[in-house]
This record gives sequence, structure tokens and C-alpha cells, in this order.
Amino acid sequence: MAEMKQAPAGASNGEKFMTWVDNRFPATKLWNEHVGEYYAPKNFNFWYFFGSLALLVLVIQIVTGIFLVMNYKPDANLAFASVEYIMRDVPWGWLIRYMHSTGASAFFVVVYLHMYRGLLYGSYRTPRELVWIFGCLIFLALMAEAFMGYLLPWGQMSFWGAQVIINLFAAVPFIGPDLAILIRGDFVVGDATLNRFFSLHVIAVPLVLLGLVVAHIIALHEVGSNNPDGVEIKQGPKDANGKPLDGIPFHPYYSVHDLLGVVGFLIVFSAVIFFAPEMGGYFLERPNFIPADPFQTPLHIAPVWYFTPFYSMLRATTDLMVNVLAVIIALGAVLNLIKGQGKSKVVGLVIAAVVIALLKTFEAKFWGVAVMGGAVVILVGLPWLDKSPVKSIRYRPSWHKLVYGVFVVNFVILGYLGVQPPSPTGEMVAQVGTLIYFGFFVLMPWWSQLGTFKPVPDRVTFKPH
Amino acid sequence: MKKILASLLAAFALVTGAQAAGGALVLDKFPKERVSDLAALQNGAKLFVNYCLNCHSAAFMRFNRLKDIGLTEQQIKDNLLFPTDKVGEVMKVSLDAKDAKAWFGALPPDLTLVARSRASGSGSGADYLYTYLRTFYRDDTRPTGWNNLTFPNVGMPHALWELQGQRAAKFVEVADPHDATKKTHQFEGFEQLTPGTLSPQEYDSAIADLVAYLQWMGEPVQQQRTRIGVGVLIFLAIFFVIAWRLNAAFWKDVK
Repeated sequence: MAEMKQAPAGASNGEKFMTWVDNRFPATKLWNEHVGEYYAPKNFNFWYFFGSLALLVLVIQIVTGIFLVMNYKPDANLAFASVEYIMRDVPWGWLIRYMHSTGASAFFVVVYLHMYRGLLYGSYRTPRELVWIFGCLIFLALMAEAFMGYLLPWGQMSFWGAQVIINLFAAVPFIGPDLAILIRGDFVVGDATLNRFFSLHVIAVPLVLLGLVVAHIIALHEVGSNNPDGVEIKQGPKDANGKPLDGIPFHPYYSVHDLLGVVGFLIVFSAVIFFAPEMGGYFLERPNFIPADPFQTPLHIAPVWYFTPFYSMLRATTDLMVNVLAVIIALGAVLNLIKGQGKSKVVGLVIAAVVIALLKTFEAKFWGVAVMGGAVVILVGLPWLDKSPVKSIRYRPSWHKLVYGVFVVNFVILGYLGVQPPSPTGEMVAQVGTLIYFGFFVLMPWWSQLGTFKPVPDRVTFKPH
Repeated sequence: MKKILASLLAAFALVTGAQAAGGALVLDKFPKERVSDLAALQNGAKLFVNYCLNCHSAAFMRFNRLKDIGLTEQQIKDNLLFPTDKVGEVMKVSLDAKDAKAWFGALPPDLTLVARSRASGSGSGADYLYTYLRTFYRDDTRPTGWNNLTFPNVGMPHALWELQGQRAAKFVEVADPHDATKKTHQFEGFEQLTPGTLSPQEYDSAIADLVAYLQWMGEPVQQQRTRIGVGVLIFLAIFFVIAWRLNAAFWKDVK
């Protein structure tokens, strides 16, 4: 048993109470480790708002979700009407629902920016690999959460969107058709699907998500935050108490700073909720105001905007694209044969032969799913793909900025194409876009080392306000 | 299933054909100010209950919600409550689904949310409805005797024909600018066959009222929503200034 501490003589009732608690639960210790004495670099910029904003949106989604479930009915015959009941008859139900539907899109906006920040400043590099991997898993869980939640209003786009995506799983070799039935719980999307998606959306995935967020933050606080300079403040000069000179306690400095970010975010968020909750058909798609009808397919089925870059890559994977991939892999193997040494020559050749054989064995539809999944999973490899001697974009060769710029523009173009109905030109652009997306990651070990790097300073760059 | 597919294909061919012929149909602008005009909304509600609610339901709309557009419960009971006797009831329809299928080829869709689902790249849902309800014309090749420019080969006859009167549509054959060997069917204008009880201006105004009502019914809270939104944004703007100064007060210590 740990030693029972005594509050000093003349302590206030508050201090006495906290002494009593701390003898039984590490309340003060936890507070200090994660808030009061968590030292964060003082040179955070605009990009560093999005982590705390992601947490805010998570809370908004959970709280509004709790209230929605009080009136929502997960039943194919009642679901659509229950959502309209919330919008019309439940006091403030419309506000709760718009907060939740806008919150879903806001979550992805914030998370995409948060991830891009990590990319810019090399926040995934040693010792933050696990912070990054937990983050990637959060992104994956978030996609599952959003996909299942989108079925619940049981509108036309809910129904047909789910139908299209679940059918993709049927393309998985051998187990595909059974897998699709397992997901749907039926041979078509129906009441059984709605019930299991409701259960997963409301209980299972949020639990996983919360656990991952806790792991993400614990891992972050263990190693400390990165910063726009990519300088490790723990390795820099320290004050008399051993605290890094370039660090400041999270509270009060970053709590008031993040408060500013929160209010700024809420201004944009509220503007959407109160003045454009449908966001021109992007946040709430128009066909979703028509109840699900299994006998009437909408002319154009598009996923919600945040999935469209990945959806675009899926659509781009045609037979032609599979052949292009096979040729690229063959070229890679030849290059390895010329440049590589010893055993790796043979190993590369064998791997390439197996992959090409697999590419030609299974249908393009399956490879589309593989490409879509791979586009997310490849993010996990980033800490090992990036071989640049410096972390932050600030000290990389200037042309690296162009590479990141092309990556972002390419991602946005893919997203745009995913919203549009398929067209031959669009397909070709998406194919090039897919190659650029994967090229960015696969070739990173090569290009990230190229060029002249700038000297990294010992201390962070900071201009007092 | 085959029939559905065939009709879908036909519809798709029509849509692409229309686009090839002369670009997408240009929608008329719905006069937006009507949505905040209580008299217009009340007139629209009256038209809706009298002309639409016989075949179309509004199954998520309660009669007593009409109090929001300035009607009293007694007024609703006396003038608008035909299909039910409970003012808290939703706007259901007594039309039998089987009959509807036999008469029109399809079940008339519920109209509660029609102004929201009909929005597109060409215009708002209200623009679409405002154009659609003003482009019916006589067409003896259709089972109902009616056709529509905005929604070609629509199943619905012109329910408001007594108000507008009967009109014919004039088409001319024009050489296709892209293909000299082909001709396209182009709309040239309407021809009034019999007069309606309303003049064309009065009819447009009545339709604007009806569409205003449909727009309001799609989201009865919309006016209140934007009103609250202004307050929320003013509050947040003030809060932002406070948060900004608070942040500056703390950060002036950081060197």
C-alpha cells in the first residue's frame, strides 16, 4: 500500500479533499501529466488547432448521437419517418440532427487537415510512429463509423450507397459472396442490415474509436508533441527544473489558445448548420430525402464527399489499369535486377512474378477494392517510407513543397471525380491520379532523400506575440 | 424487373436526348420572398389541401403544424381538415395504392420533402416545382391526355387545369447543329386552347404560393433556423473577440 499523505496544517477544504482523493486515485498526477505539466512546444501554428478540434467534433457526435437515438427507430419501415419526426416534432430535434449530419462532414474536414499537418512536419517520424499508427486506425474506424451511420436515415442514397459498397466486398476472391451476406445479414440490403449497422454505429465502432483516441493521446503525451520545426524540445536546453525551455505547459497556454480555435471552428460549423445544412447537396444528398426504394435505382449513386477520393481510385481500377500496374511492377523488378545486389535480386523477381500472376488471376473489381483499401492502409507505412534526413517541410529542399502541393491537388481532383458520374475522360484522369497517389508513397524512400536540405536549428523558431 | 429496367433506360435515353437536343431544361426562378409571406403560405396550403392532397400524401406533416403559418386550430379544422378529424394527424391520403397504380402507372409520391429532393444543379427544388407546375400541355398520345415539358411523359395529369386552362405545346423541327443529317424536336411555345379561371399572371402567382407552401413544408423550421443562426453567430463573434484577448493576455508571458 502506498503511503497515505496528509494535507498540510491549515490547508483549505479543497486541498484536504484532493489529498483524500489522491491517496485513492491519481487525479492530480493524471492532470499534471496530461494537462497542467504537459510541456508542448511553444511554436505551434494554425495547423495545430485541428487535433483538439477533432476531439471536439468527437464529443459533439457522441452527445448529439445519444439524443438522436432517443427518437430514432432502427426499422426499415420506421427509420425514415422517425428521422422526419426528429426534424419536425422533437423539440430542437432539427438542430441535434443537423449538428450530427454536419458533424460527420466536419469530422473528416478536421481529420484530413490534422493528417496533412502530420505529413508536412514529419510528425510520424521516430519516436512518434505509434501515435501515427493509432491515428491511421482512428481514420479507418471513422470511415466505418461514417459509412454505417449513412445507412440509418434510410433514404434512397443511404440504401443504394450501402448496396454498391457492400457489393464490392462480394468481389473478394473465394469468400466474397459469403462475406457480403454476412455484412448485410440478408441477400439484399434490408431490415437486418439496418439493425446491424445501427448496432455497430451506435455501440461497437464508437467504443473502438474512443479506445483508439485514448491510445493516440497517451502515446503522444509519452513522446511529446512534434512542432513545425521538427525540433525535439526534450533534447534542447532545459530550465532549472529540468523542463524544456522551448516548451510551455499545455494549461493554461494551449487551453486558451485552443479555445480560440474552438470558437473559430464553431463559427464556421454554425454557419453551415443554420444557413446551409445540406451544403448544396454535399453534406445531405438530395436523393436521401426520398425513402429507400429497392425497386428504383437513382440515376447517379455517389458516396458522400469524404469518401470520393478513395471511391475514385476504386472506379479507376479497370482491366486496363490492372495491366498498367502489372507493367509497372515488372519494370520495378527489372530495375531491382539491375540495381539490387545478392539475394534481393531473386526475391524481387519472385515477388513481382507472384503479384503479376495474382493481378491477372482475379477480376479488376476485386483489385479496385484492394486499391481503395490500400490507399488507406499505405498511410501506416509512412514512418518507414520517409527517408528524409529532416522532419519538417521547412528544412527540406524547396521543390518538396511542390511534391506535397501536387499530392493535395491530386487528392482534391480525385475527390471531385468521385462525385461526378463516370465518364471516359474522368476515368483516365482518375487513373493518372491513382498512380500519382500511390507513386507519392511508394517512391517516397527515393525522392524524400533527394535535394539539398537546409540546416535544422537547435531551438524552435518563435516570435513572441 | 425487366419493365423497370426498360423504363429506366427509356428515361435515361430521354434525359440524355434532351440534353443533346438543347442543353438541360432551364428552370424558372421561384420568387423566394413568398416563403416568408404568411398570406402566400396560407393560400398555398389551401391549394395544396384542395388540389394535391387527394392523391399525394404529406405523411410527415401534421395539420396542426399549419399554426406556424398563422392559422388557428379552429381555422384548420373548419377549412382544411378533409381526410381526418384529428388536427394532430399527419396529412395522409385515402387514395388506394392499387387504384393509383392502375390509373397513373405509379403511386403518387409523398410530397412532404419534395422541395428538398427535387433540388439539382439546375436550381433549387422550389425552382423545379415552380417550373414543372407551369409547363403542362395537352398531349393525346399520353394515357392521361397530359404531358409536361419539365418532366416528360409524367404519370400525373394536370390537376390544376381548371385554373390554368388547357394549353398545347408547339414544337418545330430544327437541324441538329452537331449532325446535319439529323433534326431535333425543339419547343417553340405554348398555345392557349381554352381559358382557365385564372389569368396567366394569376396562375403563376397561385403556383408561386403553392410552391412556397411546399418549400415551407419540406422544412417548417427553416425561417426560425436562419433567425436563430444570426443570433448564434453574433454570440460567437463576441465570444471570439473575448477568446482572442484572453489568449493574448496569457501568451504575452511566453518569450
